[in-house]
Amino acid sequence: MDLNTLWFILIAVLFTGYFALEGFDLGVGILLPFLGKSDIRRRVILNTIGPHWDGNEVWLLTAGGAIFAAFPGWYATLFSGFYLPLFLILLALIFRGVAIEFRSLDANPRWRTLWDWAFAIGSFLPSLLWGVAFANFIRGVPIDSTFYYVGGFWNLLNPFALIGGLVSLTGFLLYGAIFLCLKTTGEVQENARRAAFRAWLPASFVLILFTILNYIQTDFLARLGVNPGVVPIGAVLALLIAGYFISQKQDGWAFMLTALAIVLAVVTLFMQLYPRVLISSLDPIWNLTIYNSSSSPYTLRIMSIIALIFVPIVLAYQAWSYWIFRKRITENPENLHY
Amino acid sequence: MSVLTLSQWQFAVTCIYHFFFVPLTLGLSVLVAIMETLYVRSGQVIYKDMAKFWGKLFLINFAMGVVTGIVMEFQFGMNWSEYSRFVGDIFGAPLAIEALLAFFLESTFLGIWVFGWDKLSKGLHAAAIWLVAIGSNVSALWILAANSFMQEPVGYTIENGRALMTDFWALLANPHLWVQFPHTVLSGFATGAFFVLGISAWHLARKSHVDVFRRSFRIAAVFGSLAIFLVILAGHSQAQQMVRAQPMKMASAEALWQSEDPASFSLITIGNEPERRDVFAIRLPRLLSLLAYNRLDGEVKGINDLQAEYEQKYGPGNYAPPIAVTYWAFRFMVGAGFLMLALALYSLYHVMRNTPWAKFRFLGLLPLAMALPYIANTTGWMMTELGRQPWVVFGLMKTEDAFSPSLTPGVVLVSLVLFTLVYGVLMVADVYLLTRFAKAGPLGLEKPVAITEAYWE
Repeated sequence: MDLNTLWFILIAVLFTGYFALEGFDLGVGILLPFLGKSDIRRRVILNTIGPHWDGNEVWLLTAGGAIFAAFPGWYATLFSGFYLPLFLILLALIFRGVAIEFRSLDANPRWRTLWDWAFAIGSFLPSLLWGVAFANFIRGVPIDSTFYYVGGFWNLLNPFALIGGLVSLTGFLLYGAIFLCLKTTGEVQENARRAAFRAWLPASFVLILFTILNYIQTDFLARLGVNPGVVPIGAVLALLIAGYFISQKQDGWAFMLTALAIVLAVVTLFMQLYPRVLISSLDPIWNLTIYNSSSSPYTLRIMSIIALIFVPIVLAYQAWSYWIFRKRITENPENLHY
Repeated sequence: MSVLTLSQWQFAVTCIYHFFFVPLTLGLSVLVAIMETLYVRSGQVIYKDMAKFWGKLFLINFAMGVVTGIVMEFQFGMNWSEYSRFVGDIFGAPLAIEALLAFFLESTFLGIWVFGWDKLSKGLHAAAIWLVAIGSNVSALWILAANSFMQEPVGYTIENGRALMTDFWALLANPHLWVQFPHTVLSGFATGAFFVLGISAWHLARKSHVDVFRRSFRIAAVFGSLAIFLVILAGHSQAQQMVRAQPMKMASAEALWQSEDPASFSLITIGNEPERRDVFAIRLPRLLSLLAYNRLDGEVKGINDLQAEYEQKYGPGNYAPPIAVTYWAFRFMVGAGFLMLALALYSLYHVMRNTPWAKFRFLGLLPLAMALPYIANTTGWMMTELGRQPWVVFGLMKTEDAFSPSLTPGVVLVSLVLFTLVYGVLMVADVYLLTRFAKAGPLGLEKPVAITEAYWE
């Protein structure tokens, strides 16, 4: 395996980690105004993700940094080409990060409602837009001979991409609801379970629809990359089985299977892309690949050494932080930070 | 307006705004860590109260630093894609390393610190805030390693129109990095110290929570004096490095039109920038040579000579940065720095002599002095970045060649306006909260109040 492939895999791992972790805190964020019908409940909901959401978001930052370091051509074309969606995601992440920290610092109900909605919308937009973005990656976008995106904003909002957006939106909503079931007690938990139950059907439906469309709308069957084989089927199956565990109130299993579904779905996308990173819908010779957009072998080697040392360390202490805060959050104001 | 101009404005707005929050994070994290360590070692609860109080203010500030930092990492690709392509092989690496080594560390352990007061042993909990402090400062090292390449490219070769890394260690051993990193981090420490001094002084002048703020004041006076003294030393080394590596920036910061030997230091210059001449100037003879070389003579090159030299080397074009801005930014930075030194030493003097607070004159000035590090930090970066123009990477790439060609002015205008508006609103909220919690003092607003009324049930 060459280093270009290693870095492609590493970036896939970073995005997979990002969606598998931030996925539930985005979902929790969208559910906040709907499940939190009183202030104390909102605080319980926010405290379930309190110690983790920021660490989860760093997976995205690291993925962005890794793309820049390993594939500058990809970084340049992707970030300038997807300018407006990324700008909206940035705005959303700004509001989200500030809202969770600021909302409890003033007891004025209007202040809190304002930031809570900022948090919910700040969670909603990325949940939708990431799906839109990734669907466009596999569908292909107009990239010309200069390796620049020439499609404009509206071109990104095609039906296939919008269904992709619904997949991530409903998936994260479900994932967040199940996370709340795991981390709370009493009425918050009951409401979260109801939400999970309701979100499961649309989430499964759009995922199946998207998987089928993926075979029709992309070059999935005439693929140039790796054959994802049963991986996409696995994603669908995992989500379907998760529904069974939700109904059985086995939250732990439901959570694991939803996480698995997200992981397998993201893995499918990256397998489908490989060895391309951005597909040109105009002409395959203008595709950006892990070879024509990469850094020099020297930089890749240096970065590989650093990643191999530090990624395990990061994984260890993040896992430890989840271990510390494994207990459920109860409606006891003494123990709430937010 | 063109995509280039709009992108430059957007970078300036988002960068300056981001750096409003970063220095305080750098300094205050260390100060909170010191306070909590004192708590662990002495067992005195008052130090825990201090750590919690300053920690609260730290958190309000930290959130803003984090979210505005995400923008920084993304907009190189968004607005400066040609730049990203050109230097990505070199510039991307420190950015990725920063995220992997520093961002994970600070965000994960900050979460542990905030929520872990009852879940961890005292020592482990203090270790968490130290890791946050280390993470923040390590983050500064890597981002400055990236910035140093823009100021003084090292360890690279140009191949097929791209700069490729040939020596990672040269990147880390960049002489510019080792003057810029201490200067920046110590400025952060000084910012943290002046923040603590100012708020403590405000309370001490009102005799509220005297015990907490007396101790905070002492720690900050010692820490701040040391920090600002070292900032000035590091700044001096940085200026000397600048004379060697970016003489045009120094010449502009001094409004030095013609080369001089020995070179004079401008006390004040009102210049005519288009015609490149003084309208009015007071210059101190030999002082600039002294600053540049630690001796009373030595040539410092002037703008006109450098312009001629660069035209020969790089072809026709204007190689002078916006001179007036660079000149005044330099003066504001240095002026604020020396004022801080005076105030810090004055505070330290009273702390050492144990002056009763009632006899501590000018205590009321210290809350106002909290503005000084912000002025110095902002103007310092304005000088660094504007003084490098027209280059984005000194000697290798001009800013006018660096922007994203696929963008239209319309979208950049939208993002610029929205960023500016949103940042403005958030600044108001941030300052409101900081003021509120700073004035309330320790334990005043410690736990967030639950509000009892339902939302819409």
